[in-house]
Amino acid sequence: MSINTDMAVQVAAIIQVAEKVKRFRLVRVDGLPLPVFSGGAHIVVSMLDGDLLRRNPYSLMSSPTDQTAYEISVLQVEKSRGGSAFLHEKLNVGDKLTISQPLNLFPCDVRGRKHIFMAGGIGITPFMAMMDQMTRESSNFELHYAMRDRKHGAYWQELQQRYAAHRVKIYFDVEKLFIPTDAILANQPLGTHLYVCGPSGMIDGVLNKATALGWPKQNLHSERFLAPLPGDIFKAELKRSKKTITVGTHQSILEAVEAAGIDAPYLCRGGACGQCETSVLGCEGIIEHNDIFLEPEDKASGKTIMICVSRVKGQAITLDL
Amino acid sequence: MLVQGIKSRPVYTGLAIDLQARRHLFALEGEGIEALLDQVKAVGAQFLETSDILCVGKLPDVKAEYMWSAPTIPVLLNRLNVNLINAKMGTRLYLSGTEGFIGQAMKIALDQNIDFNSIRTEHRGSTARRVQCVHCKGITDDVKTSPFTCAHCGLNLLVRDHYSRRLAAFQGVCIDAEQPGTAPAPVVMFP
Repeated sequence: MSINTDMAVQVAAIIQVAEKVKRFRLVRVDGLPLPVFSGGAHIVVSMLDGDLLRRNPYSLMSSPTDQTAYEISVLQVEKSRGGSAFLHEKLNVGDKLTISQPLNLFPCDVRGRKHIFMAGGIGITPFMAMMDQMTRESSNFELHYAMRDRKHGAYWQELQQRYAAHRVKIYFDVEKLFIPTDAILANQPLGTHLYVCGPSGMIDGVLNKATALGWPKQNLHSERFLAPLPGDIFKAELKRSKKTITVGTHQSILEAVEAAGIDAPYLCRGGACGQCETSVLGCEGIIEHNDIFLEPEDKASGKTIMICVSRVKGQAITLDL
Repeated sequence: MLVQGIKSRPVYTGLAIDLQARRHLFALEGEGIEALLDQVKAVGAQFLETSDILCVGKLPDVKAEYMWSAPTIPVLLNRLNVNLINAKMGTRLYLSGTEGFIGQAMKIALDQNIDFNSIRTEHRGSTARRVQCVHCKGITDDVKTSPFTCAHCGLNLLVRDHYSRRLAAFQGVCIDAEQPGTAPAPVVMFP
């Protein structure tokens, strides 16, 4: 919001890299170089699917110093809200999209003595950019990458070729190969940082183990983007805009606000960054907090809501917007 | 005379043993021993079974897995450095004693890539400060007054709350630069 720094891009290539995973190469329409980013950064991709504007966050996986193009990899999700289905089924080479500036909510802590990455499935994407960056900086890292099977796993062959098997360890669920989390976390030198990206259950499991083994929270990093969950229809009164809108079953408050032509602040659209935090002036019903940003006591207070993923079970909510 | 209200002034929130840590490494100086003994009273002595205690001078009257007494602060800092190089994740570092000691030990830890927020600290003993002269860059230990005379270049320095973790020192700025010799009388501020 306020200053529009979005960039118009064109799809330069679409490559099927594994079962249900496609890579999209995006170049600027105006031919200018794209900004350099830092490993772990994501962009919000805006796509016009018919009349519907979809906006989803995706981690950048290309080299952070490659200014000719950005690359994202997208998993085709079965119960997709439409974003991944649109990218997989409707988008063609030459089509235009709008992307935000890169934003990093999952940066490497460069003070670390050693860095351990744990990826589950499509959660590999931010680590691809991070490893490229760390190689340039001669940082000490290793990757533990768990996938369903060899067909569904993306990039594991090329990662092993590029970084060697002792730094890229692979595990396949169907072969009963699992990341030996306890053994890894129990034997790291002081000053090691851990980064986890993958399904929510995997992230929680790894972080809980690390905490139980005495890792301080300063050394634990994770990223998960949450898709807004569907729910009941409710009304949202926007006090400052003097408007009342209806939030649909498959719509987030933020999406409904934007559809009404109101410019609300946001960055990640996945409940992680805190940018869209909005004051609640009143609520007829219960707020369903789906974000991972607010502290439990903030959620319990009922005074604030992350409008990108959270919603109301009940009649209506009044927002300071 | 003191310049206060500067955000970099360290805050020492207490040793508070982290019972989830698999090892506890203590570096203690002077009255810092008391902070450890208070923790034993508060949470029991079991954590001592997985503790390494490094002390300047007298050792506390407890039984830990490993205890070692250093004759001076620099000797202890050398040993702490070696311990940190060999330590594993799951080890928590605890520092207690004067500010100058905590700061110097923390600098060793920072150089070993440890996040300062994960280090538990408790200030005990004298409030005397370790101050860097911003003009000659010399560091004077045990500064009890402000202003004070730089032990290296002799300028009259005003002590600020402006602190550098990298140097483990507060910053001292010349107070009578325009008219040398007009510095106010030193006042004991850090007994």
